[in-house]
Formats: sequence, structure tokens, C-alpha cells
Amino acid sequence: MKNHVLRPLWVAIAFVALIFLARYFLVPSDFGVQGESFTYNYHRKSNVQEWKDFQVKYLGSDVCVVECHSENGESLMASPHAIIECENCHGPGVDHPETEEPAAMSVDTSRLLCIRCHADLNYPGTARAAIPGINPDEHNVDSECVECHNPHNPDLEEM
Amino acid sequence: MSCSRRTLLKNAVKGCVAASLPVSAFKFLSPAEARAAVGDPAVRWGFLVDTTKCVGCGMCVKACKKENEVPYDAAVTRTWVERYVITRDNKSHVDSPMGARDGFTDQKIDKLEIAPEDIAKAFFVPKLCNQCENPACVQVCPVGATYKTRDGVVLIDRKWCIGCGYCIMACPYGVRFFHPKYKVAEKCNFCYHRITKGMDSACVHACPFGARKIGDLKDENDPVTQVIMNERVAVLKDEYGTKPQVFYIGLDHNVR
Amino acid sequence: MIEHAETIVHGAEWTIKHGFVYPNEFIYWGITIVMYPYMTGLVAGAFVLSSLYHVFGQKDLKDMAKFSLVFSLALLPVAMMPLMMHLQQPLRGIEVLFTPHFTSAIAAFGIVFTTYAIIVLSEIWFVYRKYFVEQSIALKGAVNTGDQVKRVIYNILTLGAYDISEKAVAKDHKAVTLLAAIGIPVACFLHGYAGFIFGSVKANALWMSPLMPVIFIMSAVVSGIALCMLTYIIIMEWKKFKAILAKGRGNETVTVIAGVEMDVMKKASKYLLGFLVAAITLELLDIIFRGYTAMKSWDILREVMFTEDFTKIFILQYGLGNLVPFILLLLPKLTIRRLFVSLALILFGVFMMRWNVVVGGQAFSLSFDGFMHYDLPLIPHNLETYREGLFGALTVAATPFVIFWVINKIVPSLKEV
Repeated sequence: MKNHVLRPLWVAIAFVALIFLARYFLVPSDFGVQGESFTYNYHRKSNVQEWKDFQVKYLGSDVCVVECHSENGESLMASPHAIIECENCHGPGVDHPETEEPAAMSVDTSRLLCIRCHADLNYPGTARAAIPGINPDEHNVDSECVECHNPHNPDLEEM
Repeated sequence: MSCSRRTLLKNAVKGCVAASLPVSAFKFLSPAEARAAVGDPAVRWGFLVDTTKCVGCGMCVKACKKENEVPYDAAVTRTWVERYVITRDNKSHVDSPMGARDGFTDQKIDKLEIAPEDIAKAFFVPKLCNQCENPACVQVCPVGATYKTRDGVVLIDRKWCIGCGYCIMACPYGVRFFHPKYKVAEKCNFCYHRITKGMDSACVHACPFGARKIGDLKDENDPVTQVIMNERVAVLKDEYGTKPQVFYIGLDHNVR
Repeated sequence: MIEHAETIVHGAEWTIKHGFVYPNEFIYWGITIVMYPYMTGLVAGAFVLSSLYHVFGQKDLKDMAKFSLVFSLALLPVAMMPLMMHLQQPLRGIEVLFTPHFTSAIAAFGIVFTTYAIIVLSEIWFVYRKYFVEQSIALKGAVNTGDQVKRVIYNILTLGAYDISEKAVAKDHKAVTLLAAIGIPVACFLHGYAGFIFGSVKANALWMSPLMPVIFIMSAVVSGIALCMLTYIIIMEWKKFKAILAKGRGNETVTVIAGVEMDVMKKASKYLLGFLVAAITLELLDIIFRGYTAMKSWDILREVMFTEDFTKIFILQYGLGNLVPFILLLLPKLTIRRLFVSLALILFGVFMMRWNVVVGGQAFSLSFDGFMHYDLPLIPHNLETYREGLFGALTVAATPFVIFWVINKIVPSLKEV
């Protein structure tokens, strides 16, 4: 008569074997330590490439102005707003150059966009204080900023 | 003994790499491509925030959300800007409505009107993932769904994350959250898809004032590395031993 | 509609912020994570109680031992349940066993939990093998389908070991003792581990403490013993009630049942008191130490403990959940009714302790400058508020009794075998 005491152990071993079998089929083959440290580098290798392949949305003013929209470039580059990326107001370009679809771009001309910088917060000594500011609750409340100011060359006296 | 064995192993690896180089050249694989699979170990991405330049416009937050497809109207965000107003009675008032997605356009903080003459100092502090050298969030992931690449960026595997939230709990900086759409942990990854293509991250790109800069800390000539090396910079919450790689100029003791 | 769903942030529905809280901070670990260590604690406690008899030969606990062992099995899958309900990707939960990242406390939990399950199942097998064989023989030649199915189940359960000679049964007993002995450290480890999951989170000022695993083990044993005793009382009272119905109030059987019940309970309550004292001592030590060393986080912790959560911590947990039952148990002339109340209060106290650790640890912001209030979803209006709400927790709490009822059909833990 075989020793029956070990029977639960065989069941347990079969269960563990089952987990390992499932692991073999379900875990991607590139999973492992991808570097020096098990603590920090244990992962699925191909995920790095998956993140690199993520879609870029903002192309940059260089692409916008240099490659296509030189007509707006000159005046803008001379104004204080030269530091602002085109896409900050015009929205991310993504597919725009390929499709040349103007409708895909949506320019934001709202007051809310302008007062991100130009609402006067009265914080002395900050960079914010150095920017010309208005009180949004008092300064031409019912008008959009772009009705008077040209965002590409905002100085009223130069307009 | 173990030391010499390690050297031997290292040499063996180097030898293998050297031997395989002509082969990879033959296959028209650039060295960059060969290394690309797990990130370039010759690069260490780091970040520099100059709080003295930040005006709190929040363009970085807006750009980040759009670039990284974080639902625009959800309260969570990969990066955010905090406003600190310290009054003359030495009280600090802090807020970051919607993570400053729409900037700071109102003087009120948490519905509290502060008179300009009561303000002792005020400043803005942009926050983002610190891509720590010893990321506590990675250490606690039970399944290996978050990790550090060789170039020092902490990424999250959206196909492998089980959504337990342990990493969110482990981060002392509160940069992690659950992505409302994908239902997995989410955080800033320095726009890994942009920086590995030679572009700046979306927030750096969108900042008109140069308050945010990204660079390679292993490159001594990188302007960011230059500043970190030669000027006085600080990191957030160093007491946790996570070794953050986002450095700050003009940090104040009131910053949380 | 889809646009709307995408803006729903996990945690936002039950988190109320005030003061300065980082934008991404919410109460991510709600009632499911309260239930998880609570249920794990009950499992560990129930097992430790049964082992006291098997290993240390505490004869007075014999009747409790078998019951608490089977009850521990019934609780086992339930310890996993709140975790699965909590996961944002429950279907991927198995990855914890596939690619365990052992630097995480949760990863090793999968392995410890599996080991523990194997030990409990094996032990039950050894205790009941003789019974399985007897049933299989008794049901031989059964005509109706129900009995035939039953016989197949028993045949499978014997695992083909039909030898019930004295020698073989003696071997079974030896194996039980051995497994119970191994089981105690594993049960403690399992639960100490749950404590480690919290204690090792350095970002959380309330959780980070090396005492956390020990505190969790102690309170686990307390709650486990209390639940076993409570369930035992209910079952014995039910038996008594049936005996009264059948034979009348003054019958001898009734007195015998009542006598046995009281005897077992008095002895079990002594162990309970011992563990309760240990648990409270450690918890108080933790608080005193935090106050004395007064690190950076103490300001906000004090605010949470003594202002925001004062009722939950000092009145409900320490007062109603610890002090009151402590006094009730120590007062002379213990009655079953008084015992019942004390046990229920102790169970409540341990639950509040879990609550105050899990939710209390998120009651303050990482900024140390703001608070988060947990507004438990009561009436579920979607899957999320069910899983992470009161009804989810109630489901978890009710499940072990259902499982026990089913297991008890096959493995009777309340009859003399």
C-alpha cells in the first residue's frame, strides 16, 4: 500500500504545474528583467517601443512658420508674442500638414485664453507682474480681446 | 573574486556587442535602433523647472492633456501648476484649480479674497513626474507593469497593469492616477514619444517663458545639466530617498 | 455619452476635498481595501484558533477546532474577493501569479495566499478523510441520483486513499498536527503581510510603521477568534432552540448543549482577551511614539486623529470596539448574551481599526495641507459604486456564510465524526 499521506501534496504540485503551464502560454515571451535591476527593470520589453510609437500632436512653430505659414511669421516674430507657440492658440497640428485641412485646426480666440497671462494678479516680484495686465472684470467685459488687439502683433500703438 | 567575475562578465558582454556590431551594420540597423528597444543607457533624462519664470498661464497643462490624450475635462492631470500666496501673517494659501489647466485668472484662492497689500510673496510651482532614480511606485508594482527605462523614464504598461492602485499610494508626489478611459495607472512620462524623437516634451514646448526645460543629465554640455551642475537647485521631498530627477530653481520652504 | 464616461475619475465620486490637495489625489483605496485585510484577518484568526487545539493540545477547544478550520476554508476565497472587486482590471488579477514582482508586498501575497490555501485544504482533507471513505462506502449501491452524485463527490474527495485502518488514521492525525504547526506561521505571515502592504508605503505618513505587520497579526487573531466564537454561539443556540422545540425546555439535551457551549466559550474568551491586550498595547505604542517624536507629518496626523476622525478612532474603535467589550468580558458571571454583545463589539472594533488605517491614511493629503473626506457610496447607481460601496462590502461579508453552508453539506463541521 502506497503512503496516502502524500496525496494532497501531489494535488498541490499538479496545481502549481498548471499555473506554470498557463504562465508559459499567457505571459509574453519578452517579459523579464530588461537591465540591471529586478526592482526597477522588470517588464514587457516591447512596451518601450509602444510608448515611442505614441502619436505626436504638437508639431512646433518651426514646422508651422518655416515650412508653410511664412506670411504670418514675420510680423509675429517681431512682436512680444513670438515666444508663444502657434499651436498654443491654434490647437495641435497633428495631421494638418498632410491633409491641409483647415477645418481640422480650431483657433482659440476667447478672452479666457488671453487672460491666462494678462489677468493682473497683483503679485509683486513675479514674472507675471512683468506682463501687461488688465482686470478681466472691468476691462471691456463684453468684448473679445481680438476685436481690438491683433494676437500676432498685440501692441495697440503699432497696429 | 566576485568583482573579477563581474569584470569578466562585463568584458564578455562588451565583446559580444562588439562582435555583433558589424552584423547589425550589415542589417542596416543604426546603433540607436539597436539600443532603442529598452531605451538608450547613454542618456539620462532630467528636467529643470525655473519657478521664477513661471507666470501660471497653464499652457503646459493644456498642451500635456491634449498631447497625451488625458480626458480634457477630467480632474486628473499628468502635470499641474500650484499657486502659492504667502501673506504677511506668514500663512500660506495654495491652490491648483483643475491642475491650472485654464491658468490662474482670478485672485481668489479657495473663494478667499486676499488684499494685494497683505501679500508677502507669491509664486507658481509647476509639478510633474520626478522620474525618480529610485522610484517607489515601481518598487511596489506587483506585476511588473511599471518600470524604469535605461534612459531613466518611468513608464506604465497599459496592457499589463491590473489597476490595483498600489503605485498611486506609493508615490510621495501624487503624480499618479487612474486613466479614466483605459482604467490603468497613468502619469507623466516626459512625453517619451517626443523626447526619443529629438523633440521637447509637450509642456516644455508650450511654455512661452522657458520655465520648463528637459535635457540629458549624462551630457555635460546640455544646458539643463549645466544649470543643475553649476547653480543652486533643489528637488521636492528628498526625505523619501526616491532621488527625484526634476530639479527646481527658486523653490521655497512653503512648497508642498 | 462616451465623452461623459471618459471624464469620470476613479475615486472622485466618493472623495470630498478641502484645503490644498494635489489634483490627482483621491481616496483610491476605499471600503474594498478595508474589507480585504479584515477578511484576511478573519481567515488567519480562524486558522490559529483551530491550531491551538491541534498543535498545542488545548483539549478545551476541540469542538471549536473543527468548526473554525472549515470556517477558515469558507473565508479563504472571500479574502480575495474584495481585492478582485477593487482591481480596475480584474481579469488581469492572475498576473500576480504569472509575473510576480517580488519587491512588491502584493506580489508575494499571491504566493503566500496559495500556500496557505493548500495547507488549509490538506489539513481538512486529513481531518475528514475517514469520513469521506465512510460516506463513500455507506452510499454504495445508492439508487437516487442525488446520492449517486454525492458518492462521486466523496469518491473524488478521498483522492483514492480508502485505507481507514487504525494505522492509516493515526498517520492522518500526525499529518494534521504537522500541517497545523506549519499553518500557524504561514497564517501569521499571510496577515503580517497584509500589514506590510500598508506599513511599507513610505509615502503615507500614517501607514509607515514597522509595527504595522505585528499590529495587523494581533488584531487579525482577535477578529478571527471573535468571529468563530460568534458563529459558534449562533449555531449552538440554534441547536438548543431545535432541541427545545422537539423535547421541551427542561430536557436534559438542552442543558447539556448549554453547558458545553458556555464551557467552550469561557475558555476561548481567555485567548481572545490575551490577543486583544496585545493588539491594543501595540496600537497605543504606535500613537504615543508618533506624538513623542513629532516628525513633520505629526501636525497633520494629529489633526486627523483628534479632530477629523476623533469619533471613528477614539469613540468607535478604542471605546466601543475595545474598551467596552474588554470590561464586559472581565466582569464576573459571564453570560452567553453578554459574551455575544462583546464579540460583536470586538468584531466591529477590528473593522473600525481597518477602516481608520485604510481610509484614515488617505484622510489627509500628501501635501500635508489638506484633507479628503470619504463619502461611502450607499445606494449603488453604477457598477463602480456597487463594487466600491456599501453593497459590495455587504456582498463580501455575506459570502463566507453562504460558502460555509455549501461546504458544510459535504464536510460537516458541527457533527461528531
